[in-house]
Order: sequence, then structure tokens, then C-alpha cells
Amino acid sequence: MSLQVENLKVYYQTLRGDVKALDGATFTIEDGEIMGLAGESGCGKSTLSNSLILLKPPMRFVGGRVELDNEELPIWDMEKMNNFRFKKISTIPQYAMNAMNPIRKIGKMVSEILKSKKVDFKSKLPELKRRLDLVELSHDVLNMYPLELSGGMKQRMVMVLSTLMNPSLLMADEVTSALDVSTQKAVAKMLVGFRDREFVKNLMVISHDISILYQIADNIMIMYAGKLAEKAPTSVIINSPRHPYTKLLISSLPDIGVKYSQKKLTGIPGKPPLLLDPPTGCRFRERCPVAFQKCLNEEPPFMEIKKGHFIACWKEFEKNA
Amino acid sequence: MLELDKISKVYKTGTFGGKELLAVNNVSFDVKDGEVISLIGESGSGKSTIGKMILRLISITSGTIRLNGVDIATLKGGALKDYYRNVQGVFQDPFSSYNPVFKADRIFRIIREEFFPEIKIGEWNKKIDSSLRAVGLNPDEVLNKFPHQLSGGQLQRFLIARALLLDVQFLVADEIISMLDASTRIDVLNLLAELKSRGLSILFITHDLSLGYYISERAMILYRGGVVEMGSTEQVYYHPLHPYTKMLIVSVPRLNKKWEEVEVKLKAKHSKLPTGCVYYERCLFADKDKDCAKRPPLIEAESGHFVACSHYMEVNKGV
Repeated sequence: MSLQVENLKVYYQTLRGDVKALDGATFTIEDGEIMGLAGESGCGKSTLSNSLILLKPPMRFVGGRVELDNEELPIWDMEKMNNFRFKKISTIPQYAMNAMNPIRKIGKMVSEILKSKKVDFKSKLPELKRRLDLVELSHDVLNMYPLELSGGMKQRMVMVLSTLMNPSLLMADEVTSALDVSTQKAVAKMLVGFRDREFVKNLMVISHDISILYQIADNIMIMYAGKLAEKAPTSVIINSPRHPYTKLLISSLPDIGVKYSQKKLTGIPGKPPLLLDPPTGCRFRERCPVAFQKCLNEEPPFMEIKKGHFIACWKEFEKNA
Repeated sequence: MLELDKISKVYKTGTFGGKELLAVNNVSFDVKDGEVISLIGESGSGKSTIGKMILRLISITSGTIRLNGVDIATLKGGALKDYYRNVQGVFQDPFSSYNPVFKADRIFRIIREEFFPEIKIGEWNKKIDSSLRAVGLNPDEVLNKFPHQLSGGQLQRFLIARALLLDVQFLVADEIISMLDASTRIDVLNLLAELKSRGLSILFITHDLSLGYYISERAMILYRGGVVEMGSTEQVYYHPLHPYTKMLIVSVPRLNKKWEEVEVKLKAKHSKLPTGCVYYERCLFADKDKDCAKRPPLIEAESGHFVACSHYMEVNKGV
């Protein structure tokens, strides 16, 4: 049906204590929805996606509940999750280009993966070929080594492989970041195509490049320092963001037609807090231009202020009240 | 000013170096003092190779690069050292530019040992302070730390500060922004623009067109080692003449506009031509009966705007 995440907390264990990389995330992804996830490096976006599929040490499950198609996911249990991985939840990893076994021909590697999941390779082969056509890869790639493919081709091959079992949830972590603009566009459109053809039901696309998300996502969620900052339909996030962090983030993006000599853009001063011992109150307050007394002591909840528009900011709650 | 005159680079590839790959093919351009030029192209277009040849990290197969009239390939010993006083590079991955065993500010110490042994340590520290401040860092926060204790943006600015200590005239900036976060990206870009106003020339190598537009006056589009289009950024971005440039510009993800329904085809449209236009395979306008079978020369289509396409007139009208 959909993905529901409730108050998910995942920390990293270190010798000096827990790093609170994901500290209470609550959201849902509806069927057929593409949700974009954006934020600075170290904000917890990869932690969120990794924890849903492979929660391994030093990651530690602290609390929360994840439901996929009305079934609870035992994400804290490595063994039990095997029944879900690849079949119901799948991922396109961040360095998909290096995700394939370099000493196996690609066809052989696919058959081995399917065998390990007790799926018959021969019966899946026609579907596999159909999907290769769809991403404009020749069937010959099955007889090639990953080395013989270009970066963009490897990326597409991994995309086909990840979605072969029609998973309910697919997570695509920075899949377009290392590609050229033209390949980037083709890959992004293929992700949308996979959704339209119902190969995947829920799609979570992670990228630090908001302009890519704007092109393909239905909703965008912004994270900051392990917390959710804002979630809203794509056009709302881009055109009328409410959270001060989202506003600053969006105004710092250069676009064609913006020149230094005509319009100087500014970055966000400061840097995110250390998550080993995060400050009390709002985690963005040190860099926030509108922070006030309340932000110092109380942590803002992640609340829906309009239908489909969630935000965690005291100043905006005040305005809304 | 730096001039590149018909430079080419051939790499030996294959297991025993039996095959040859023409990475850069007959590229000529010049960079004037205080000018920023963007070199734009996809991976494998030869843009980094050009940067490395300027820095003399790899040899030039044919052609010459001249700095203020002197052929850099002939430089040796002291003259080469002087060249590096003037020309420096900053690269894509700030983390791999440092030795993780040593503190990050070791790069400054090496500069002093190599280039300025006569300057006293107190005076040198003052110089470090001022160049760190010039790149927007607070010396107290960043000095005496290991690379892993600093962020990518800080490390990248460290490297620029290092180049400033040498008082460089020319900086090769090879994809220096692409590993940084959106929020720190713009700070590094602004810093480059500021340095430019102090007279520094920059070769800004990137695959991101919007970044190229933001800081540079002139842009060069590279495809498979050759320049396909060159001109002022306004000309190249608003009136692209080459079909490849056109395709690149519609592919850029933008915030104010959704992608138009122009499909980007990854499969070749035509079979490859052994000689002739390098873009023939993917070109939407190509036609074997026309001049595409010959390699189109780089011609001046309008004042200061060069294009290497036999039928740029049509491209300009259509689509």
C-alpha cells in the first residue's frame, strides 16, 4: 500500500557515544509516489535509506516503526529482513557504478543473485531482456564484464537489476550525481518510467541536487542534522518554502542566467552541529536568521501546517497560529 | 597570458599499450589576464587532460602551450619552479589531495621550504593568516588540524589559499565544486570570482553549465577532445549554434522550468563515421550527404563566437 515510517531513530555507535544521525523521522510515501530527499552531506539522508534495507553495525536501531504494505518491517533483524530485501525493498546504491562483481560476466552475476533468492533465472530472462530494451541497453551486455561498460551503462544495468523483482519500495541514493547532464537526464527519466510502468510502487530518490528532484519528484523532504525539516509537494518546496533552512538552501543554487557580476548568491554561513552531542532545541538555530528564545530550549515538532505540508520551525508555527 | 596552440594528446591504451586514444585533438585558445574561461564537456571529453597539460603533469603529444610567450615544455629546473609560482591547480576531490597522516597545514610548510626559504617563520605565519582570511576561513579554527577534522569546503579553500601564497597568475580549477554541498558550493564560487577581480586568470573546468555561466566570461564546449563551440557565455548559452551544445543546455535540470519533452537519446542515431564530424553519431541534424563526412573546421559564425558544425545555420533556426 505505502511506506509508513514512525519516529525512526538510528544511531551510530562510536567509542565516544552515540552519533544521532537519524533522530526521529516520521513520514509516509503513498503508492506511486516519488519522494525526493535532500540535505547537506551528513544530514542523515543515506542513513535513513540504508537503515530501511541493511541496518548493520555500527548503525544501531534505537526505536520506531516501519510499515510497508501494512506489514511491519523487522529492520533491526538482519536475518528476517532477507525475506524482504530485493523482492519487496530494493536499492540502487550510491556508487552503483562499482556495485557489480568485476570478475563475473553480468548475465552470470544476475543469475547468481536470483539463485540466492531462489528465483529461476530462465523464467526471468525474457523480462530481463525486455527491461534492457527499455533502458536502451543491448542484450549483449549480459555476456560482458562490467569493465566493458561505460559509467552510464553500468548505472542503467544496476537499475534494471534492482527493480527486476518489482519491489514495493525502491531507494535510489545519489544515482545521478556522478553522471553528465545528458546521461543524468536520461537516467532520471528512466526512474520516472519505472514508476509509470509500475515496476516499483514507492520510490525514494536521494540527491543533494535539488534541481534534479524538482524535475522528477512529487514530494520533496528536506533533512537537517538528523531531523526532518520540511516536507511538501515539489512546487511548494521550490516556490514557497517555509522553513528557513529550505529557503536558504534554495536561494543558494546557481541557475543558467545568473551571473556573479549581476547577482551575487550567498551560501549558508556556519556549519551543522556535531551529532555526537547535538544541542538542545532546534538543531538549525545557530545558523538560522530568524531564531529566537524558544528555539534555544524547545525542539520544534514536525507538524502538518497545511495539507501535505509538514514543517519543523517555531517561527513558522507562530505565524501560522 | 596563457596561449594554447594546436595541442593534442594521444594516450596509449589496451593491455600492452597497443591502441591509441586521441584524448585532445588540435585545441587552441588563449586566456587573458584576469579572465575566467569555462571548459565544459562530458566525461571523456578531454577537459581534465587539457588542465593537466597546462600544469605539466602529463606531456603534450603535439602543439605548444606558452605562458607570456615562453613555451612551457622547454622549462627546466629553476625556470620550471618559477612556472609553478605562477600556475597552480586545484582538483576535484579535496580529501585525496592531502596526506591523511599529516596535519592539513603541512601544505603551507612545504610551500615555504620549497619556494620561500628566506622568509622568517613569524612573517610566514602572518602570510598564511592573511591568505586564509582571503579565502574566508578563520585561521584559529582551521590551523593545526588533520584533514578528516575539516569539511570538504574548508579543505578546498585551503588549497586555494595555498595557491594564493604563491601569488599565482593562473589557476586551473578542475571540477572543484562538484564534491561540495550546495550550501558551501556557492561560497567557493564567490571566492573564485573575487580572486578574478584581483587579476587572477582561471581555467574553470566543469560539467555543470550553470556554474560555468555564473562566473565566467567565455565558455568552451568540448566533445571527444575537440572544441565544438566557443564564445562569450551569453552567446553560447542563449544562442547555441552546435547541436551538442543545444542538447546539453536543454538537459540541465533547472528550478524554474521542467524538462522540456526533448528526448535525450543515448543510443547512436547513425552509425559511426571513420572520419568526419565527431558528433555525427548522436546528431539530430546530421546527414551523410551534407558535409558531415568531412571534419567541420572551427569557424567564426558571429563576432567572437566559433562553432564547428557544417550546418549551424539550420541548427540556429530549428528546435
